[in-house]
Amino acid sequence: MNNELLSILEKNSRIDFKELSVLLGISEEEVLNEISQLEKDGVICAYHTLINWEKTDIESVTALIEVKVTPQRGQGFDRIAERLYNYPEVKSVYLISGGYDLLVTLEEKSLKEIAAFVSDKLSTLDSVLSTATHFILKKYKDHGTIINKQVKDEREVIIP
Amino acid sequence: MRNFLSDKVTGLKPSGIRKFFDIVTEMEDAISLGVGEPDFDTPWFVRDEGIFSLEKGKTFYTSNAGLKELRQEISNYIKRTQGIEYNPLNEIVVTVGGSEAIDISLRAVINPGDEVIIPQPSYVSYEPCALLAGAKPVIVELKAENEFRLTKEELLSAITDKTKVLVLPYPNNPTGAIMEKNELEEIAKVVKEKDLLVLSDEIYSALTYKGEHISIASLPDMKERTILINGFSKAYAMTGWRLGYACGPKEIIAQMTKIHQFAIMCAPTTSQYAAVQALKKGDDAVEQMRQSYNERRRFLMNAFKEMDLSCFEPFGAFYVFPCIKEFNMTSEEFATKLLMEEKVAVVPGTAFGDCAEGFLRISYAYSLDTLREAMTRIGRFVKNLRKSV
Repeated sequence: MNNELLSILEKNSRIDFKELSVLLGISEEEVLNEISQLEKDGVICAYHTLINWEKTDIESVTALIEVKVTPQRGQGFDRIAERLYNYPEVKSVYLISGGYDLLVTLEEKSLKEIAAFVSDKLSTLDSVLSTATHFILKKYKDHGTIINKQVKDEREVIIP
Repeated sequence: MRNFLSDKVTGLKPSGIRKFFDIVTEMEDAISLGVGEPDFDTPWFVRDEGIFSLEKGKTFYTSNAGLKELRQEISNYIKRTQGIEYNPLNEIVVTVGGSEAIDISLRAVINPGDEVIIPQPSYVSYEPCALLAGAKPVIVELKAENEFRLTKEELLSAITDKTKVLVLPYPNNPTGAIMEKNELEEIAKVVKEKDLLVLSDEIYSALTYKGEHISIASLPDMKERTILINGFSKAYAMTGWRLGYACGPKEIIAQMTKIHQFAIMCAPTTSQYAAVQALKKGDDAVEQMRQSYNERRRFLMNAFKEMDLSCFEPFGAFYVFPCIKEFNMTSEEFATKLLMEEKVAVVPGTAFGDCAEGFLRISYAYSLDTLREAMTRIGRFVKNLRKSV
C-alpha cells in the first residue's frame, strides 16, 4: 500500500487526499495518517515541481562537477559534503563509487558564475584535490519525466 | 459476372459500431473511451529483445507450434500462475493473437450442426468464428443482477443434446466481470456431467482486482476438457505484436496446429523472441500496469457513484459497464448524443450482444487526466438529461 501511495505521489505531488483515497480504495483519514507518518519518518522529504527553465526567460545553467577529495579523519566524506551542500546554488551532492568521490549538481545563471564557483569556492577548499566540470547542454529526461514529450494517442480505430 | 462471394461470409452481421467510430476519428477534440487496448507502451526490455533478435538476424520462420523456448516459458507461466502442467512439446500452440486461437480452436472441434454456447455480452469474435466453423451459436444472455457471471442454471437451460462447446470469456470484455472459484466449480460440474468442451478465453487473466484469476482448467478433471486461450496483448501491452497461445489436450492441439500450419505457418518470429523475455522478466511490469488500471477503475467507480449512475463493480479487464436504462434511450442513442453534445465516445453495450441494451462499455485504458476530463463531461451530460426529463 505504502509503495503504491508513494509511486502516485512521486509522479503527482499535487494530488489531493480525496482523490488519493479513491485511487487507493482507502479512507481519506487513512491517507492523511499514512502521509503524515511517511513525512515524519523522512520517507517523504519534500514536494517539488519539475520546471523546464528553458521555456522561461530566466537564464539558468546546470553543471555536473566531479570532485576528488581527501576524506577527513573520523568524519569520512560527510564533513566535506556538508560544506558543499550548504551552498544554495548546489542542487545535489552524491557520494559516488569509482574514479572520483562526490558528484555535485550546480545551478547558476551563467557559465561565468559556475566557473567562479568552481575556482573561488570549490577548488580552494583544503580537502578538494581536483574537480572536473561538465555543463548540461540539453535535458531530455529529468526525474522520470521526458521533457517536451508530445503525448499523442496513436492507437488506431479497431472494431470493437 | 457471377456473384463470387461466400454466402456464409456475406451472411455475417457487420459490426454496427464502425460508423460510430468513423465519426469519432473525424471529430478533433473528442475524447474516446472506446479503445480496447492498453495505453501503455510495451515494456522497454521486451521491445529491446525484439530489436536484439532482429540485429542477430533471427528473421526465419519458427517451428509451426512456436519457438520451443517460448512454449517452455508459457508452460512455466501457467504452472506458476494456475498450477496446471502443459507439455510444451505437444500441448501448446503459439498463435497470431488470442483471436487466431479462438478461430482455430472452434475449427478444430466443430462438426456441422454442433452447438456452441456463447455467453453475452462478450467479445464479438466468438459468434462469427463459430458460424464460420459450421457450428450453431447458442447465446446465453447474462444478467446484470448476477454481475454478468454465468450461472449453472443459465448454462443448463442452454444445453441440448447437440451442445459440444462452452465459450467461457472471463475476465470479460466488455463487462469487466470475473468468475470466482466456487462459481467455476458449479460450471465445471455441469460441463463434466454433459460431456462438454470449454473454450476458456483468459486473455485478461493478468488484470484482476479481487484475488488472482483462476482458470477453469485448474479444477479437477477439467484440463482434459478445456482449451485455455491467453496471449500477450493485454497483460504485457503487446497488442501490435499479435501473439497469443492455446493450451489443451494434445489431440486437440495437434489438429489446431494443423490448421495453423496451413493458414499461418507460424506466429511472427520477432514477437516470439520478445515474448520469451516478457514471460521471464515481465511480472513487475505487469504488476505496475495492473496497479494503474486498478487506480483508474476505482476512480471511475467513484465518479459514477457521484453522478449517481448505476454500475456494478467490475473486478477484471479494463472496462466498466454502467447502466443507462433510467434515461429511456437505447445504448446507441445515448452514445451518439453523448458524442455530439459532450464529445466523449463510449461503446454502446449492444455491440457485444443484444442483451447489453441499456449498457455502455467504458474503457479505462486511458490516463487519469483523460478519464478525469471525460467524467466531468459525462457528469454534466447526465445531469442535463435528468433535468430535461
